[in-house]
Amino acid sequence: MDDAELLESLLGGNESSFTELVRRYHSTLVKVARYYVASAASAEDVAQDTWIAVLKGIEKFEGRSSFKTWLLRICANRARTSGVREHRSIPVDANESGPSVAAHRFDQGGFWSEPPVPFTDAIDSRLDNATLLNSVRDAIEALDEPQQAVVTLRDVEGLSTQEVATLLGLSEANVRVILHRGRARVREIVEEAVKGKI
Amino acid sequence: MKLLPSPLVCRDAVELVSDYLDGTLSRRQRRRLEKHLAQCDACTAYLDQMRSTIAASGRVGPEDLPSDVVEGLVNLYRRFRSDN
Repeated sequence: MDDAELLESLLGGNESSFTELVRRYHSTLVKVARYYVASAASAEDVAQDTWIAVLKGIEKFEGRSSFKTWLLRICANRARTSGVREHRSIPVDANESGPSVAAHRFDQGGFWSEPPVPFTDAIDSRLDNATLLNSVRDAIEALDEPQQAVVTLRDVEGLSTQEVATLLGLSEANVRVILHRGRARVREIVEEAVKGKI
Repeated sequence: MKLLPSPLVCRDAVELVSDYLDGTLSRRQRRRLEKHLAQCDACTAYLDQMRSTIAASGRVGPEDLPSDVVEGLVNLYRRFRSDN
């Protein structure tokens, strides 16, 4: 069932539809909240409050945006308010000014001295698809903020750069820089995992 | 006289890959990168890996939530339904 069908069913009082929406989106809500608030526990609280707000507001939801966008917007707004209350400062990308690939992998002329391990071949021939998906999932889990929220919203949830920028209160240029670094980090972690298996 | 842009080196090429895949590079930057990729197997491999990584990110699906988290939220739903 897609989100709209689940929503319809939830309006009819179907508990399992609520459970399915929770399974789909709760972990993303926690990641978005974590971007704004000071602790994992606060992020869980915000995500839980978001679900209550959804239940309270569901009858007024007019479907002008997708359910996912509506849900994430509720979460971001609540998390922002909680973050302000906690005097939490918005995380900056600690590596923003550094290179996205470790400098030691290039020679003095800027050419690869330690080229990428060709993990696409390795995955095709030695590892199954599930292994790649697990490695990528673990890699995203290992990202720091703000990279984790940006990569999750853009690449996992498929939001546009503009939507991510709005949700996280960033400029689109900033989202692109953070996304680039986050993706590079995910690739690097997957490469390390592949290296250990070849 | 119009100066030709200097050719990219790998260290600079990898910094353009994410925007290249999202289609947000300027035409000039895209041409410089494509020229480099045509001659560089390692950067082409890097590009392919980024492409696979992004595609896999879109397929990871929702994480398995711990059962106590799901249970807690279902209880919250039941409380909401009984109060409203």
